[in-house]
Order: sequence, then C-alpha cells, then structure tokens
Amino acid sequence: MALTKEEVEKVALLARLRLSPDELELMTTQLNKIVEYVEQLREVDTTDVEPLAHPLPVTNVFRRDEVRPSLPREEALRNAPDHDDEFFLVPPVLE
Amino acid sequence: MSTTTDVAPYTVVIGLEVHVQLLTQSKLFCACRNRFGDPPNTNVCPVCLGMPGVLPVMNRQAFELALRAAVALNCKIARFTKWDRKNYYYPDLPKNYQISQYDLPFSSDGYLEIPVEGGTKRVGIIRVHLEEDAGKLLHGEGGKRSQVDLNRAGTPLLEIVTRPDMNSPAEARTFLEELRLLLRYLEVSDCNMQEGSLRCDANINLHVHHNGEIIATPIVEVKNMNSFRAVERAMAYEMERQYEEWKRTGARLGEVPKETRGWDENRNITVSQRRKEEASDYRYFPEPDLVPVTVTEEELERVRESIGELPAQRRLRFISGYALPEYDARVIVEQGKKFADYFERVARGLEHAKNASNWMLQDVLRTLNERGWTIEEFPIAAEKLCDLIRRVERREVNTHAAREVFAEMLEGGGDPGEIIERKGLAMVSDEDALRQVVAAVLDKNPKVIEDFKKKKGKKRAQVAGFVRGLVMRETRGKADASLVEKLVNEMIVERAGVGFDS
Repeated sequence: MALTKEEVEKVALLARLRLSPDELELMTTQLNKIVEYVEQLREVDTTDVEPLAHPLPVTNVFRRDEVRPSLPREEALRNAPDHDDEFFLVPPVLE
Repeated sequence: MSTTTDVAPYTVVIGLEVHVQLLTQSKLFCACRNRFGDPPNTNVCPVCLGMPGVLPVMNRQAFELALRAAVALNCKIARFTKWDRKNYYYPDLPKNYQISQYDLPFSSDGYLEIPVEGGTKRVGIIRVHLEEDAGKLLHGEGGKRSQVDLNRAGTPLLEIVTRPDMNSPAEARTFLEELRLLLRYLEVSDCNMQEGSLRCDANINLHVHHNGEIIATPIVEVKNMNSFRAVERAMAYEMERQYEEWKRTGARLGEVPKETRGWDENRNITVSQRRKEEASDYRYFPEPDLVPVTVTEEELERVRESIGELPAQRRLRFISGYALPEYDARVIVEQGKKFADYFERVARGLEHAKNASNWMLQDVLRTLNERGWTIEEFPIAAEKLCDLIRRVERREVNTHAAREVFAEMLEGGGDPGEIIERKGLAMVSDEDALRQVVAAVLDKNPKVIEDFKKKKGKKRAQVAGFVRGLVMRETRGKADASLVEKLVNEMIVERAGVGFDS
C-alpha cells in the first residue's frame, strides 16, 4: 500500500514541516521505500502473539516522590531563541 | 431528568472529561517541585524541558494516588498498563509529545454515585488514566509574543472520562461537586478550579423527540469553563442553542464534523473554535522510555484498605448513626474530611449529635467564613466545644450565655467551666429567684398588664414576649428560657385576670 503525496503532505503538516514540491516528491519516494521495507514484517504470522508494549522484560521502575533542585532559571532559559529573563517567548499563539 | 414536555421536546446528554492535578511533592517523571504559583520557569530541569537524551522515571506516589482515585471510582484496575506518546506541536509542550495512556489505561469502567432529587444516580466512568500536564501559556497585551512557563510541564495529571450519563446542566454540576469532594477526601487532589488543579471539558448533544422518533444531534465539545457555575451555565446555553440549530438545519449526529466551542464567560455564550482533529492525528505510539507497570492483587487490597470511608458512606452514617437530618449530614460532609472529623469529636460526647451539628453549621461555620479560616486553624479544640455544648444540654448555661462563652473562647482560649464561673454566666433556674425578677419587671412596667388586657390573640403573645425580653435582660441573659416563659405567662395572666385566649 503506497503512501500518496497527499498523505505525506498531511504528515508533514502535523510535524510542522514545510516541504518544497521537490522535497515532497523526494520524501514520498523515500517514505514509501521505508514503509515497503517494514512491510516485510507482515510475512510473519503473529496470530496469538501479544502486542509488545516494551522491548525490555522489565516492569515497575519507580522513583520516590522526592524533590531535588531544579535548574537555575538562567540555565533553563539559556538556549531559548527568545526569552525575557522569566519566560520563554514564542510567536503569538491565538486560541 | 428527561425533558419531554412541550417546552423542550428533547433529552440533553452530557459527558465530562475532567483533569485533576495530583498532590505529589515532585513531578511525574522528574524531581522538580510540583507546586502552583512559584516564579515562572523555576521548577524545570532537562527532563521536563524536553532536552535530548534524558529519561523519564515514574513517580511512585503519583501512581499510588491515581490508583486510589480509580479504586474509589469503582473502576476495574488493569493488571498491566503502559504509557504512550501523544504527538502534537504546541509551545506549552516542550517535547512535542505528551506522555499519556492510550489503549491500555490503568483503569476503566467505573462509576460515581451522585445525589439527585429523591435518591442517587450512577454516572459511569469510561476510564481514568495518568498522564503529564503541559506548561502554561500567557498571551501578553498587544499580542507581540506569548510567554511560556514550564513549571507545570510534566506534573502528574489524572484524566477522568465519564459516560454520557448526565441529563441536565445541574447533574453535570452535581457530578463535579461530588467528584471534587471525593478526591479531596482521598487527598488525591485539591481540585481548585481557580488554580487549574481541576479542569473540565464537556461533550453535549440532544436526543430530540420528533414524530415518534429519537434523533441524536451532533456532539459538541465545550471548553474553557472555569468554574462549576460556568459548566452549568454553558450546558444550559448549549442545550438551547443546539435545539435552535437542529430546528434550523436538522443536522444529525455523524452528518457534520465534531465541533469544539469555547465558553465566553463575559458574554454568557459558547463560540465555535477549530474543528476537532481526529484522534489518529495524534499518532500515538508506545512510550519507549518508560517500562510498563503491573499491579498485583495484594497491592490493590492495600490501596482499598488505605482508602477508608468515602464521603457518600459518611453521609449515610451521619444520618443513621447520629440521627442527623439529611441536610445537616450533607453540609457537614461537604465541608471536608477535617471538618467532619471535628464534628464527630464534638458529637460523640453529647446526648444529641444534632446539638453539635447546630453549633457546627451556625457558630463554627460562620466564624470560619468570617475569618477565612479552615477548621484546622479554628482555635477552639473539639473537646472544649463539646464541653460547652454538654453544659447547655445539662442546662448549666442557656444558649445565649453559651454563645458568650464561645466568643470568649474564640478570643482568649480558656475552659468553658472556668469562663462560666468567672463571668457569672451559670444558668439561673431557681424558680423563686426568677419569680421575684418577673414580679419586679411587672411592677416596674404596669402598662404591660393594661396592654395585655386591651389586646387579643397573637398580640397578647407579643406582650408576653416583650416581658420575657425584659426578664432576660434583667438576668443578663442567664435565665432558663423555658422557665422564664412559664413564669411570665402565669404571672401576666394572674395579674391581668384574663387568659391568652379569652
């Protein structure tokens, strides 16, 4: 089942990627190759096989509810493209 | 419930999606503090900022609290549960995915019983799951830049989804009140809507009764309701709006895409928002950074035992065990666990628990409201208040004087017995002494008897009431009120030479 250009466009939109027509063409081809590759797994009979929730045979990893120091705010904000020393700043978001 | 009159030939159908923040010390997947109101971006670390290469580790207490809530909501608890990534882009979500639960939530299929007219109603719970909260966006004036505070990002959040079992705006509100009471009792969440620790969206549509057919209208999701009152009002508005829309368009469920509307508090209307993205657009997939959690029967048993008595059970016990009227039981339990505990400590030492209830619902509650106190800040120990009310029961002080003692205890502490002694407030119930007081009052006010003779019926009772007031003043409020009533009536009739009815 090949992916259409429209489907790739939709996925790109959801991932907030802007693709040029050439890139869209390229991505559609490449994504189809990847999907095709993964499709090989269909050959395996998975009847009566529980879906895998996690590759590790480990469960119940918890930590205690204890507070430890957070980052100093200057550190937290340091890599941000824009900030006002208190908040991260982003382009206006309209509800 | 169902409104099938000429006025509204439809039944309204409401389901709620409630998010509550859990009362943990730290966040769900990292050790940053989980606290409302701290300076922006001071409770953040590489994990909750979504830095590359970090690993989330689940907070055991968060899972415990989630279990406690789900068990109390009568849910089935999954023996095996896992977390998933919900992918979407928004500036309040630094990882660009939210760790949530998709196909294997830790609990499902429960219910909460809510009080309704003439009994209770069961509202089904589809699922309860544990996820992380997002940060907070502030939209500054002028709209140049939006500010992002990530203190809330990664704090533990419980999502509770009900079945569409509520059939009026009032029922939706009652459900929320009952849920809040339950979660507060469990100490799972403080459920403060102003601070956002309880948030609620609603799904609502109508079943229109039309020409013998029941037509379901399109479901609308309503967001942006910031109080229980707002929920009730938004539902009432939406109900009527949908009916008008149905009359205009005739649109049925499934014929138009699901609509999201926001409640506009100032205008008292709902306003259409973006079209709801399909669930598959979130491209859920299993969270590889977290291992699954299993729950054993022993653990569940321990949780069940730790829960103890729930508010609904407590109300019933107050009615049957303490012989309280339903109203008293409801209001006492509504004030929270600590308040109800205090009531019980007072009531246990008394002849009639209703006396404790009266004091709690009047004097104590009024004081708490006036001074903005919680019951834990209330300065009179339960044992002292019990001592005072017991003295009223035993007719050592009358209620009027007891209120004076109460006020004194409130300000200066102290012991009821000692205050009564020191201020000379012990009840005067010596019949001869009181008879002399009444006689003196009548001697001093000869007009009273003339009045009594002139008046008829109820007016005569008023004259007697006036005399009782004078006697109480004379005894500085300490006289045995029922004895005073008896003596005043007797002596007025004696002096006037006419009875109350003649």
